[in-house]
Order: sequence, then structure tokens, then C-alpha cells
Amino acid sequence: MHRRLACVFLILPLGACQGWQSALDTHGPAASALEALFWTFLSVLGFVWVLTMGAVALSLRRRRPEGEDPLVTNPRRESRMGWTISGAVALTVVTVLTLTGLSYASQKHLFEKRDDVLTIKVTGHQWWWQVDYEDSQADKRFTTANEIHIPVGEPVLLKLESSDVIHSFWVPSLTGKMDLIPGRQNTLQIQADREGSYRGQCAEFCGWQHAHMGMLIVARPKAEFDGWRDNQIRDATAPQTDERKRGEQIFFSKPCVMCHQVRGTSAGGKVAPDLTHVGSRQYIAAGTLPTTRGNIAAWIVDPQSIKPGAQMPVIKIEPDELDPLVSYLEGLK
Amino acid sequence: MSDVLATHEPVAPIGRKSEAYAPVNPRELRDNQIDGPELTTRLAKTWGTAPGLLGALSTVDHKIIGRRYITTAFMFLFLGGLSAVFMRLQLARPENGLMGPDLYNQLFTMHGTTMMFLFGVPIGEALAVYLVPLMVGTRNIAFPRLNAFSYYVYLFGGLMIWIAFMLNIGADTGWFSYVPLSGPEYSPGKRVDFWAQMITFTELSGLAVAVEIVVTVLKQRAPGMTLDRIPLFVWAVFVNSFVIIFALPAVMIASTMLILDRLVGTHFFNPAEGGDALLYQHMFWFFGHPEVYIIFLPATGFVSAIVTTFARRQAFGYLPLVLSLIATGFLSFGLWVHHMFTVGLPQLGASFFTASSMLIAIPNGIQIFCWIATLWDGRPVVKTPLLFVLGFFFIFVAGGLSGIMLASVPIDTQVHDTYFVVAHFHYVLIGGNVFPLLGAIYYWFPKFTGRMMSERLGKWNFWLAFIGFNMAFFPMHITGLMGMPRRVYTYQAEMGWGTLNLVSTVGALILFTSFVLFLINVITSLRHGMMAGPNPWESGTLEWAAASPPHPQNFDRIPVVTNREPLWAERSAIPVATGLSVDNRELIVSTVTEARADLREASPEPSLWPFIAAVATAVAFIGSIFTPWAVLWGGSAVGIALIGWFWPKGAKEDES
Amino acid sequence: MNRIVAPAGIFLLLVLGACEREERAFRADPIATETEEKIALVPLSPGSGPPVEHRTGKGKEYEDNAYHVAQGKRLYTWFNCNGCHSNGGGGSGPPLMDDRWIYGGQIENIVQTIREGRPNGMPSFRGKVPDDQIWELAAYVRSMSGNVAKDVAPGRNDDMHPRPAENREPDSPPVAGGSIPPSAEMPQ
Repeated sequence: MHRRLACVFLILPLGACQGWQSALDTHGPAASALEALFWTFLSVLGFVWVLTMGAVALSLRRRRPEGEDPLVTNPRRESRMGWTISGAVALTVVTVLTLTGLSYASQKHLFEKRDDVLTIKVTGHQWWWQVDYEDSQADKRFTTANEIHIPVGEPVLLKLESSDVIHSFWVPSLTGKMDLIPGRQNTLQIQADREGSYRGQCAEFCGWQHAHMGMLIVARPKAEFDGWRDNQIRDATAPQTDERKRGEQIFFSKPCVMCHQVRGTSAGGKVAPDLTHVGSRQYIAAGTLPTTRGNIAAWIVDPQSIKPGAQMPVIKIEPDELDPLVSYLEGLK
Repeated sequence: MSDVLATHEPVAPIGRKSEAYAPVNPRELRDNQIDGPELTTRLAKTWGTAPGLLGALSTVDHKIIGRRYITTAFMFLFLGGLSAVFMRLQLARPENGLMGPDLYNQLFTMHGTTMMFLFGVPIGEALAVYLVPLMVGTRNIAFPRLNAFSYYVYLFGGLMIWIAFMLNIGADTGWFSYVPLSGPEYSPGKRVDFWAQMITFTELSGLAVAVEIVVTVLKQRAPGMTLDRIPLFVWAVFVNSFVIIFALPAVMIASTMLILDRLVGTHFFNPAEGGDALLYQHMFWFFGHPEVYIIFLPATGFVSAIVTTFARRQAFGYLPLVLSLIATGFLSFGLWVHHMFTVGLPQLGASFFTASSMLIAIPNGIQIFCWIATLWDGRPVVKTPLLFVLGFFFIFVAGGLSGIMLASVPIDTQVHDTYFVVAHFHYVLIGGNVFPLLGAIYYWFPKFTGRMMSERLGKWNFWLAFIGFNMAFFPMHITGLMGMPRRVYTYQAEMGWGTLNLVSTVGALILFTSFVLFLINVITSLRHGMMAGPNPWESGTLEWAAASPPHPQNFDRIPVVTNREPLWAERSAIPVATGLSVDNRELIVSTVTEARADLREASPEPSLWPFIAAVATAVAFIGSIFTPWAVLWGGSAVGIALIGWFWPKGAKEDES
Repeated sequence: MNRIVAPAGIFLLLVLGACEREERAFRADPIATETEEKIALVPLSPGSGPPVEHRTGKGKEYEDNAYHVAQGKRLYTWFNCNGCHSNGGGGSGPPLMDDRWIYGGQIENIVQTIREGRPNGMPSFRGKVPDDQIWELAAYVRSMSGNVAKDVAPGRNDDMHPRPAENREPDSPPVAGGSIPPSAEMPQ
């Protein structure tokens, strides 16, 4: 409640605290602790600012008589100002030390990691996220893209790597960001306390489509999460309807297969998002378009006007091929 | 070299003998032998600049070069501002189609690059080049030819990157150009190479000026200007020059390694061959953080000068002010890692930099407190320059405090690389540099041109800038907290950032309008401004003892300094030191701490060679973008130019 | 007059050159159409006169553009060209970084080779690789033997390096002859 009040007070007309990618609309322990720390800092520093501005305003009163020699000083006033300033400096030192201490304490607490938890490897690509669920059993490992499902209330460890340039993994509602740097592996622990979808976005400039490198973290109860995982592990189901069968044929006769993988088929490209269960994801094109028939079609026909510079090329496709192809992809649940 | 200076008191009834004395060479005309207008004219002839293009290109007058520096830096400020306006227009609405990512990335790279390298660093040095010799009471800057050279190099570098931008070779990897994005694999073509060489150009010129300032301040101060009588502005740019000397080489090395990786296939930043992408970040920010203070320190000088003059009281806490400048200079090298809190460094190491980043708030706090105390005990006259300084307090303190938030590792992991940071550093840089700078221009404009700027337009200028600035940048704090990352060319409507961005855009347009108003004020005041006497504000420092605009020789006779604010201490006339040659370029070299007049030293004559050397340097640098061999043949061209530059003139001094 | 025109002309050329070299054409125009190139493999032709050739000029557009060549370099590994041709030194496929060209070293020849395939193992990629990407690949293949401008050729990649990067490769213009596998030789 105090949070909302503070919000209203500080940024009255704007209602900034809400939003599905907001650092002030938190749903995980780390992000909530960060938010509390943020408000603490803000109130202390805001107070300092008000005090300083008050002093500036008061100082504008004219104290010196007109025409007095600017070099003349009043020793009593001089020493009084000296003491006041020393006091202010001492207060500054105390404030700064306190804030440093607070910062360090919460830092220690925030970045503690456990390694006996669900581990997911996230690899940054220009401009999408590859997501590999790790497991000690080989048949429980699988790959997906741009959408990370996690069980509610459990910590999850992310291993962050990059295949090309530096990216940064940031889901503000859950925790602070961490960079993905080629040649290194960083780790980040996230936890969601409430069921829901939390949006994240690349936060380190990575080229033309940095603006459209989004992702979604979907937190669900453990049972639902397990069901989702079992489905993701499975290969793609073979198409049943005629339209989808035709769509599959078109998919395999087009350049799609050079880059994309559909597990359980001969499409084995590894340089673009895995499409095995693309129909089950809420968004396509890295958090850019909601997964609808229209959007899939638009993306296939002209990806370069939606994400100029993205690696997906414009391909030659006949008008009557589009519908079956979209049906095929949409059906990859 | 054995000729030592004589002090004399030819006109003024007051005068003090300095310690140094030597017999005067009877064949040479000295400034104690003639007087009045004749002295002024003859000195002006000796120190003047020849007319015509050749004269203009070969001038070594620090005021002419300084004026060019200031004008050029402002030109780049306008170009940078214009690119910001285009960016803001693109971001005004979600999914705006005004421009694509390719142009947007080039624009924000040009904006950052221009503001940091072509405006931020040079503008402080530009004003220093103009003002420091006047403020310390000498006739020209030390190494005046180097000064001319540095200006041309700066100009060529700036023109190069902007012409490249107009030819669609604009760098597009940000003003920081992180590898591997800026490396050979992910930035094909020549765009990044132009950026890297622009760094070499501007840093070369920045280093040259820094050296000149250091030497001018240490060795050319007027007799009597002991260390504790140096004006605060001079202290600020003096400390600043040391920061420049230690910081800029880091980025030159980083950009050189980058261009080597790109051009000749070295592996400095290639992790597969044992290089490291983070190495670049460390080197860049080892420069990049002091850079912020390089931009800020001269502005503290402006503030000190303006506050003292308009509070009608000498600065309170001279010693703490100077010590905090020095402390800021030192500490600025210990905080670069706070730009890298999210790269996955060891936690303890990172928190050390939290502490050091917060620590720098202390010297800055002391400065703010001292200025407020000066105003407190003074008789503040709120003219436009002081208005801008008040705006500086409002904005800079807010920016500094949000900086304390960013210094905290945990908070930084949330707001790093978001619009919160964009808001923070515009509060610090525009508040901490541009507002004092505009105040400084209003303040020193009469000295530069002999005319006052319009107060009425000035007030409009200030209020539009103040309102526009806050409207543009305050909402960015919130968009950042709402999750908007930096350097995105667009955003989706459902993110809910649209309204705030629109407000920012309107604010940016108002801010830009205020700059147009400033430009109008400058242009109209140049022609129709009220005539200003030598000291229109009744300030206390030496530059106001010279004519407005100053004669080529600055002072007819070198003043002798008896107080920190000489013009306030010596109301009737300033005591002077005499004995300098009238027909040769001579100035006084004084001792480092006590500023006792030590030697008469010849100051170099105008020469075309610095210009030729700068052209040769430019050819070598630009050529090296295309072939490494350019370093070789370009280097020999530079060598030839330098031989011409330093060719012995057969002067007595050279031979003794 | 000439003193103005000549520098202006040079400047204009520079401008045009720069625009072409640095353009980032994300989206080919017209979209996804296949060009018709006719280019001779040998200077021999029936009757008098040289063989009839027809070039659309698309090759130049791709060869002179840094972005296209760099894209070609990415696609070269993404589409597993290095599986047979290695890093250019050749493996089960012929080397690409030398001056010997079995089916011609012009960009149009290479496009043809990728598009149609060649005997003894080179598959046809028509329909599998969009035409524009074929041109990008071909432009990159040209750069491997130093046959595109130095300021267009890519620099090193961020991985292990078996050979100098393309922008440091010595020029080796295509020569006739060389070691041609028997299957590819001209019928005697």
C-alpha cells in the first residue's frame, strides 16, 4: 500500500507503477527487495534534494548592503557558515555510508544462488533468445525459444550465454538484469511468487532489432509446469488434416528448413528459433507479435518490414501456399 | 636566456617591485620606454594576426583559436541536438515509422559521439584556451602553435565523422561501440572505423590542449599570482587538464585496438583466440567515467566565477573548493566499474566501486555547499548568468542524487541501460555542463565581443531551456522504471510508454527552441548588443582588466597580482610589471608556486606549419581507415610538416 | 571552371561509392525474384564472335556492398558450406580461396553453381536458399580469394582463425585451367 501511495505522490498523473515490464510492479522476491531498496534510496535522496533546494532558495535573499566591498567578510558569520558546512558534509558522509551499507547488505542477500534447482540455459542471438532446459536425464532436455516457463514459488537458475554480441537478460518484475557475453557464462537466479506472464527485453544494445528482442516468462503452478514440460519434450505431432499436410510439404520445400528445426521431422536447422511447438507460444518473432493466424502470415510474407535487419529473409511464396503453411505452423502446439 | 625581467611603475602611482631584476638591453625597445596609445598600437602590431586567408590559417593568437574552438563546439552542439530531435520525433509514438533501425542507430551514435567527444570535452577546453591566459595575466597560451594544430585536428576529426554520416557511413554501434558488436564480424564496412579514427583525432587535440593549459597555469602566471590566488575557474580547468592527460590515452588505445582488430585481424577482443570482450569495456570506461568529470569540472569553474561575481562576494571556502576539485579529479579514476555492474563481476569487487562512486558525492557536496554559502552571505543579483547557475543547482543536484542510486549495485541491476540512466546522465551533463556553459557565455560574451547579450531574450532562453529540459528528461526516469531500455528505435503500443514519450518529445522540442533563441540572441547581440566596457559585471578576476574584446597582446603591461580578486583589491589601477620587449613577442615565465617573475621568454610567431601538420595528420588518420600502410606514408608527411614547424629561426635565444 | 568541376566530380563519385558500399539493403527489391544471367564458362563459341552473354548487373550490387558480403559470410557457415569447402581451403569440395575456378570465377558463375548445383556433389539450392541470399553467398565466395574491394571484404570473425581474414587476403584473380577433376573437364 505504501508503495502505491508513494507512487501517486511522486508521479501523480502518470500511474507508472503498473505495467508488465515494470521494475515497480514486482512479483518475485528479488525484484521486491530491489524495489524496497529503491524507495528507501529515493526517499532519503529526495529529502536531501529538497533540503538543498531550500538552502538555495533562502540564500537568494540579499544580505549584504549595496556597495559593500565584496572582499570584506564578517568573521563571525564566516565561522558560522564554516560550521554549518562542516555539519552538512558530516551528514553527507553519514548518509553516503549508510546507503553504501544498505546497498551491500541487500546485494549479498540478492545474489545468493542455489545450484540444486531447475537450470535453464539462455543463449542470446541477434535478435531472439534460445532456451535450453537442462536436466541430468538426457530425455528431459529440450530446446525452445523466447518463452521461458517456470514453476511458481521456486527459484530457477539461468545460465546466460551469447552466440554473437553482448545481450542483457532483463525481466524487471522478477529481478535485475545480467549480461550475456560471448566467451563467458553468467548466472542469474529468478523466482516468481505469483502466477502470471512477465515480459522481459534485451537491455544491452545489440544491433538493428535490439528494440524487438523481447521474451516472456510464464510462471505456473508446479503441476501445470510439469504438464507443459512433458509436452515440450515431445516431438512435433504429424499433421492430421489435408490442409496441414499440404502445409508441411510447403514448409519442407521452402528455405524454412535451412534454419529452423521441427523435432521429429527432417527439418534440422539450428540457427533460428526451434519451431517444434511454436503454436503453443504466446508470441512470435521474439515477443513482437501475438501468435495469431494473421500475424504468422504477415511474418512469413514480409519479416523485413516488421523487423528490418532481422535474419529471417523474405522468401518467394505463392498466395495459395500461405494458408496451409500458417495452418501447419499454428498447429505445432 | 639570462635576461631577467625588470619591474617598473611607469604610469600607475602604485606598483610593486618584483624580486627579479636585470639591466635592460638598450637596443631593444621595452614597454617602460613608451606609453599610452603608442604602446598599445605597437604591441598590437607585434602580437597581431596578419590579414587574409594565410594570416587566418597561421594565427597563433589564443583568442582567435579559442573563438574558433567555441564556435565549432557550439556548431557540433547544434548538430548533436538536431539528431536528438529526430530521435525524439521517432520515439514520440509507439511503432512510429519515421525512420528504420539503421538510421536511428546512426543517429543515436552520432548524438552521443558528438555530444561527448566533439562538444563535451572540447567546449571546456575551448573556453580555457580563450580565458586562461587572460585570467592568469599572460599574453598567449603556452605552445601556441600546438594550440593551432590541436584546433585543426579537432575540426578535421569532427568534419570527418559528420561527412561520413552524411555519406551513409555513419557509425551505428553507439558512442561506446562495445565489441563484439562493433568488431569486424558484426559491423561490416567502414562505419566503425570512422568512429574509431574520430576518437584518435579528438583525443589528440584534447591532449594537446590539456598540456598547454597545464604549462600555462604552472609557468605563465602573472607575478604575484601565488597558488592560493589562482582563480577558481583556472583551478578547475587545471585539474581538468590532468584528468584529460590520464584518461584520454585509455580510449585512444581501446579504439586503436578496435581498429586493429577490424583492419589487420588482431585478436584483442576475440574470445576464441584468447582475447576478451570485457577488456574493451574496462578500457573504455577507464576513460569514460573520468570523461564525465572532464565535462563537469570546467563547468564548476564557470559556476565559481559566476557565483562570485553575482553574489558580490568573494567565494566562500576557496581552499575546500580547490581541494574538492583535486579530490574529484583523483576519485574520478576509481569508479569506472559502475558502468559494468551487470557484466557479472565478482560481487565484492563490484561493491568496492559502489563505495567509491558514492564517495565522490562528498567533494561534489562540499562544492555545492560552498557556492550556496557564497550566495547566502552575498548580495545576489539575479542576471541571466546567475539564473543559469540556479538552474544548474536544481538540475545537477537531482542528477547527482539519482547517480547515488545508480552507484548501488542492486539498484543498478534494475535501472542500468534503461531510460532511467538516460534521464540521470542528461540531468548530470546538461545540468552540470550545458546550463553553466550557457551562463558562462552570457557572462563572458561582453569580453569576447565587446557587446552585452540581451537580458530579455536571455530570461526567455533560460526559462524555455529549464522547462523544456525537465519536461523532456524527468519523464524518462519513469519510462525507465517502467521497463523501457535505452537505444531502442521503437516500442510496442501495449508497453504503455507512449504518453510519457510524447511528453518527452514535446519537452525536447521546447529545449531545442530555447537553443534557437540562444543562437538568435548571440547573432543579434553581435550587431546590436549594448556596448560593454572592460568590466561590465564589475567582476574581480584579471580577464576583466583587459579591453573588451581584448587586444592581441591581452595586456599592455603584465599585471602584478596582489589578491585572489585583483580588480576588487586594486580599485584605482592594477600594479604592473614592465620590461618586456615591445617589438618582439615576449612574455613572463614565473615560478611554479610563488609566481615570482623568473624569465623573459619568447612566444612563437604565427606559422602555417601547424595547419599543414594537421592536414598531414588528417590524411594519415583517414588513410589508415582504408589501409594500415597509411600510417607509414602518412607518418612521413607528418614528419616533414614537423620539421618545417620546428626549423630553427636563428634567434638569439635558440643559439645561446 | 575545371578546378571546381573536377573536385566536385570526385566528391560525387565518392558519395555514390560510399552510399553503395555501406547501404544496408535488408529487403531486396523486387522481392524474391530470380535473375536470368547468361555467362560463358569459356571464351569459345560456335561461329564467329565471342559467346553471347547477358548480365543483369546484380552481381556488382552485391559484390560492392559490405553488408551483403558480410551476410554471405554468416550464411556460409549457417548453410554448412564449410561442411565440404572448409574455411575455403577445400575438403570434399574444391577450395574457394585460390585462383582456380572449375565453373568460372565471375559472381554470375558462382550464383549459377549454387543455384543449379554441379556434378560430383554440389547440390542445387534453388528454392532452398532465397535468390538474394545466393547472391550474398556468391559475393562472399568471391571475397575469399581477394576478388572484392578491400574496404568491402569482411574482417576476421570472433572464432579460431585458420587463415587471414578476407580483407587481408591477397588478390588472386581467376585464371583459366588448373587442376580440374576429370568429371568436370571439357570433352576432348
